[in-house]
Amino acid sequence: MSSRERILGRVRRALADVPEDDTPYERAVVRDYLREHGGRTVEQTVDLLAENLADYRAVVHRTDADGLPGLLAGLLAARGASTVLVPPGLDEGWLAAAGVTRVADRAESTPAELDRLDSVVTACAVAVAETGTIVLDGSPDQGRRRITLVPDHHICVVRVPDQVVSSVPQALERLDAARPLTWISGPSATSDIELDRVEGVHGPRTLEVVLVG
Amino acid sequence: MSGTFVGMPAFPAAARDAVRDTTLRGNLRHATHTIRAKRANAVAELADWAELREAGKRIKDHTLRHLDHYLVRLEESVTAAGGTVHWAADADEANRIVTRLVKETGESEVVKVKSMATQEIGLNEALEEEGIRAYETDLAELIVQLGKDRPSHILVPAIHRNRGEIREIFAREMGEWGRPAPDGLTDTPAELAEAARLHLREKFLRAKVGISGANFMVAETGTLVVVESEGNGRMCLTLPETLISVVGIEKIVPTWQDLEVFLQTLPRSSTAERMNPYTSTWTGTTDGDGPRTFHLVLLDNGRTDTLADEVGRQALRCIRCSACLNVCPVYERAGGHAYGSVYPGPIGAILSPQLRGIGSEIDASLPYASSLCGACYEVCPVAIDIPEVLVHLRERVVEGGQVTRAGNKVVLQPAKGHAAERAAMRAARWAFTRPGVLRAGQRLASRTRRVHPRTLPGPGRAWSGTRDLPPVPAEPFRDWWQRTRNGKGGAR
Repeated sequence: MSSRERILGRVRRALADVPEDDTPYERAVVRDYLREHGGRTVEQTVDLLAENLADYRAVVHRTDADGLPGLLAGLLAARGASTVLVPPGLDEGWLAAAGVTRVADRAESTPAELDRLDSVVTACAVAVAETGTIVLDGSPDQGRRRITLVPDHHICVVRVPDQVVSSVPQALERLDAARPLTWISGPSATSDIELDRVEGVHGPRTLEVVLVG
Repeated sequence: MSGTFVGMPAFPAAARDAVRDTTLRGNLRHATHTIRAKRANAVAELADWAELREAGKRIKDHTLRHLDHYLVRLEESVTAAGGTVHWAADADEANRIVTRLVKETGESEVVKVKSMATQEIGLNEALEEEGIRAYETDLAELIVQLGKDRPSHILVPAIHRNRGEIREIFAREMGEWGRPAPDGLTDTPAELAEAARLHLREKFLRAKVGISGANFMVAETGTLVVVESEGNGRMCLTLPETLISVVGIEKIVPTWQDLEVFLQTLPRSSTAERMNPYTSTWTGTTDGDGPRTFHLVLLDNGRTDTLADEVGRQALRCIRCSACLNVCPVYERAGGHAYGSVYPGPIGAILSPQLRGIGSEIDASLPYASSLCGACYEVCPVAIDIPEVLVHLRERVVEGGQVTRAGNKVVLQPAKGHAAERAAMRAARWAFTRPGVLRAGQRLASRTRRVHPRTLPGPGRAWSGTRDLPPVPAEPFRDWWQRTRNGKGGAR
């Protein structure tokens, strides 16, 4: 007998007490929890996102579409970044004002090559205000998972208010489980040493989020 | 389970040594009190906490009650998404499968995401025996691995170490495993984290095989979820060519929507954050992004035996948040190592004896490693009634009875060490059901009260060593009642 059959057989014997007509999933799981916490206007939801991102040590900037290229150029210059990793579908105009070398993430580029780059600029799929989270889903304007992981500086552009939801339940509704998702709430951090929070262990140590509205 | 803890003394002996270690108690007290206060704030932010807790409980209970159905569903969806599913009945089988999969890649080192399941089966040791080096990449696990130590907390495995001890371990050991710690390393957490970053980055960038567990598996979509903070998880899940995930069969949720409950309750319960810095989800393999080969090893290792116990099965609802550890007065003083298991604290006291059986001394003692104060139940985000299961397991230890081991029903003999207790209880029952005998005994006790010893002899010595024996009154209550109230027309 295979282990598969053995384990499934054990499970079935263990559940001999469960009746055939046990309450089905739809009725067994009661969802009387909230879809979002508190009533907010769209503007307040965006403010809450900014506040919660900052609370977890992301650096938050706000601008409009016209101001975006200038802002990005300024952020990269302030950091002294000369090489910037760019996902294939990033809006061409975003980096138009930045005097940097754009580097595409190629299939054959090694992690060690990515490690030598200064910054990465991406868009996102959705942002969650209540938790201060941005979610990337690997779409062309966000790129492969590794590009927002290896470089030490990540700038993420969020379109407000379209890409902003209030809560985790609302975010899951918008996301596709078949895609590889990365939920990011602030920069990499650890609390393993005496529960003192330290930013930046393995992921980017600096996360800048630009809210464009 | 792993051989790591074989030969552990029973909980009382291990705990006695631990409570004498004042550094350990200081480290633990600081850590548990810090996180306890923060957690209360994080939970208070959600007005619907009680409803989320109830939903979490119901989702997990429903899944467990139909686990066969959801396991098959999960297998189908993972396979459809490009993954390969393996089934492991016990630790040895799981280790053999993983070892074979690593060998097939031709690699001799792997990077690991912190995982309780692989700790439980002793995977690192099994790989080491086959010449494969496993590098733990979570900062706390790294501290434990470099220190040749054992984890003592589910979430913060090196909670028992302070910054001075960590500096010492890094300076001494890092060079043995790869990039040495920088000269003049101080004990500030930022510098220690930086040393770990540099040490591990060279391993991440060359790794071809990653090994992980998972916090959740979604049956409907075949999606696995890992919740973490440092980014080491993302490194291991994304950069290698091959990913092997070893996951307990109880970690299933039925639908994608169910994650909305646990992604709210888990971070707030464990690290007291609104959301942990990184959550990764992956569904099989994705062309051009991440590992090209994905293996899921579904682990039983005592879980189906636990499932067979109708009271004890609720322990399988556990989402490993560790909130129960941080509020437990026993854990706070005894520390995680005393539990002799990768699952310490209140959840460990009910999970380990069920996964491993109560055949060993340490496992038979674990249901007693509690004051039954109930704080663990109050904070549990899936409402596991830990005190109820503890009492249930104590009954099993003392009375014996039917249990399931490796899928077979067996009758457990009462534990030998409790023969005196059972004899005393039988004697008490006999006396209490015979009023004449009880009265005679009470009078005898009263008359001889001046010669009663202050401490008990024999096996009772340990009990009376820390307690005062109750004084026997000069006159039994029944006699007093007879003398003062009898003939006065009853109570009024």
